[in-house]
Amino acid sequence: MADYDEHKSNLNEPELHVGPEYAVAERDVSEVVTGEIVTGSSLWRDAWRRLLRNKLAVFGMVVVVLIALSAVAGPAIIKQTTGFTYDSIPKDTRLLRSIPPFRGPNGEFSWKHPMGTDIAGRDILARVLSGGQISLMVALIATLVSLVIGVSYGAIAGYLGGRVDDLMMRVVDVLYSLPYVIIVIVLLALLPAKTPTAQLAQLFFALGAVSWLTMARIVRGQILSLKNQEFVLAARATGVSTPKIIFRHLIPNALGPVIVYATLTIPSVMLSEAFLSFLGLGVRPPRVSWGSLAAEGAQNLAVYPWQLIFPGLTMALMLFCLNFVGDGLRDALDPQMRRD
Amino acid sequence: MNDQNGNLLSVTDLRVHFQSADGTVKAVDGINFEVRRGETLGIVGESGSGKTVANLALMKLIPTPPGKIVSGSINFNGADILKLSPAELRDLRGKRIAMIFQDPMTSLNPFMRVSKQLMEVTRLHLGHSKAEARAHAIKMLEHVGIPDAADRVDSYPHEFSGGMRQRVMIAMALSCKPELLIADEPTTALDVTIQAQILELIKELKAEIGTSVILVTHDLGVVAGMTDHLIVMYAGKIFEQASTKELFARPGNPYTRGLLRSVPDPTHNAETLYQIPGQPPDLAHLPTGCPFAPRCERAEEICTREFPPFVELTPNHHSLCHFANEVYTESSAKS
Repeated sequence: MADYDEHKSNLNEPELHVGPEYAVAERDVSEVVTGEIVTGSSLWRDAWRRLLRNKLAVFGMVVVVLIALSAVAGPAIIKQTTGFTYDSIPKDTRLLRSIPPFRGPNGEFSWKHPMGTDIAGRDILARVLSGGQISLMVALIATLVSLVIGVSYGAIAGYLGGRVDDLMMRVVDVLYSLPYVIIVIVLLALLPAKTPTAQLAQLFFALGAVSWLTMARIVRGQILSLKNQEFVLAARATGVSTPKIIFRHLIPNALGPVIVYATLTIPSVMLSEAFLSFLGLGVRPPRVSWGSLAAEGAQNLAVYPWQLIFPGLTMALMLFCLNFVGDGLRDALDPQMRRD
Repeated sequence: MNDQNGNLLSVTDLRVHFQSADGTVKAVDGINFEVRRGETLGIVGESGSGKTVANLALMKLIPTPPGKIVSGSINFNGADILKLSPAELRDLRGKRIAMIFQDPMTSLNPFMRVSKQLMEVTRLHLGHSKAEARAHAIKMLEHVGIPDAADRVDSYPHEFSGGMRQRVMIAMALSCKPELLIADEPTTALDVTIQAQILELIKELKAEIGTSVILVTHDLGVVAGMTDHLIVMYAGKIFEQASTKELFARPGNPYTRGLLRSVPDPTHNAETLYQIPGQPPDLAHLPTGCPFAPRCERAEEICTREFPPFVELTPNHHSLCHFANEVYTESSAKS
């Protein structure tokens, strides 16, 4: 390698044709400019800056984080301070009825139940937050499945093309054409769950099984348009193997739409979970989710409206904000929106 | 290992066909050529003459389907590339044969830092550790004349100008010191001053590493100062093959003559620039006779009827034309 260094000076010759003063000046300018560009250059950083300029998306992110944090930490804190959990039924028989928000057992003002209690006297705040845990978990797992399976499946189908692609995408079409409610019912019938936890696992599985389909289609489309670009040919010409081309060269280039769609998958999966739980196919008592809370509240809407209002509001707020974040990300990652 | 003639690469009867809705497109149809060690071979021709396809075939990079290498052998250092296993091919690509592409704007992965792309090659082929590969990447960038290489190595491709990106591509292609470098129109997308720099760089590095080079271009000016031998391609066939000097001085084919006349001559105050009339033929529906006949100023009745022979003018000069000898004599008389 020593010969490389010797030739270095020769190679720089064309640049040395300019006068020395000029060269120095140019160097200063380039240093200033590159210094600036390098710090703010990454495409992700650009997108992040644009996202932060979008007020609605920032508001959405803050609310989502707040709700998620309180769902994670809230139930434990409530248990510590007041002793209420999502399934603790008070021993005092006078309390075995639905108390309105901020009221004590005798109708006086009280901080004990900011969202009131349900028919069995359970604290609705504790139930909403615990329900949030399940809803978030379902959403996260389904999104993870769609990221892992959907992205790799779509990328492989798109890159290999031809008959492999045809076959793989027909499988997706078939699964797509089945309503997921039917898939879930079939799964529940085939695998009778003994424990609430097994039941929950089934729900995760069922939602995961259908959540990756759209992702696979989106990624396939992206890869189809990317794979004919010259950098893929260049990578092949340097001997990079097919799996490495797919996972190191192509997928990072398709990540923008993937992130946007993943963010929009979370609310849609949450809604599906709520819908299934509402129908009684999802989370079973004593466990709660936002969907099962809403189902319960809907039955008593006329008499105890707070039983529906609070879980419903929380869920609606979460869904709204997730969609704000998703829309914000879509705009931020869209190269055509770039104005600066 | 060594071919008795000192040939690094010899291509025999290579045919690459593409299936299209319109029929079989014979992009490369029975070409033969050799590249000697340390020599630069130029391949010239209009767009769609099969230059790029021929070079992709050398590394077996033809997209299949729709493309297919129908026949032929590519003898590289004693082994037929077309018979290698996928793993052997991957080992060959980038390490022993490297390629530079036409458009440096799109041939680097926009989402990957330059350092990572450079390191990928040497980690793959030379078994470098991360630190070694990084040091090597910086050294290569310095070597191709990128200032402040150590600082710029972690930039993204869009932070480089076109010429700089082509330098990066050259650094990547040469980082394993390949035996053969295929440069597919390496300067077409660059402006003229940068072109000269890039060509000079390729020339210097070639002399230094001892690589053989195949330079594909449609620019005869580029080819003149760079190559030892020349191939003129038209409609997937080799029309003329000679040493560069000989071909420029005494072209033995009307097509080559047309190409040479098409280069604008600034000392000549011509009202209009010369052009070869007509369009290159549709490769899916080639005429029975000479594919150049409809555009040829010398065409006679036999040209549309019979496919021309590959005439040997001198042992190192061949031309595909019914009137090769006549054209050659005319050119010789003029020079």
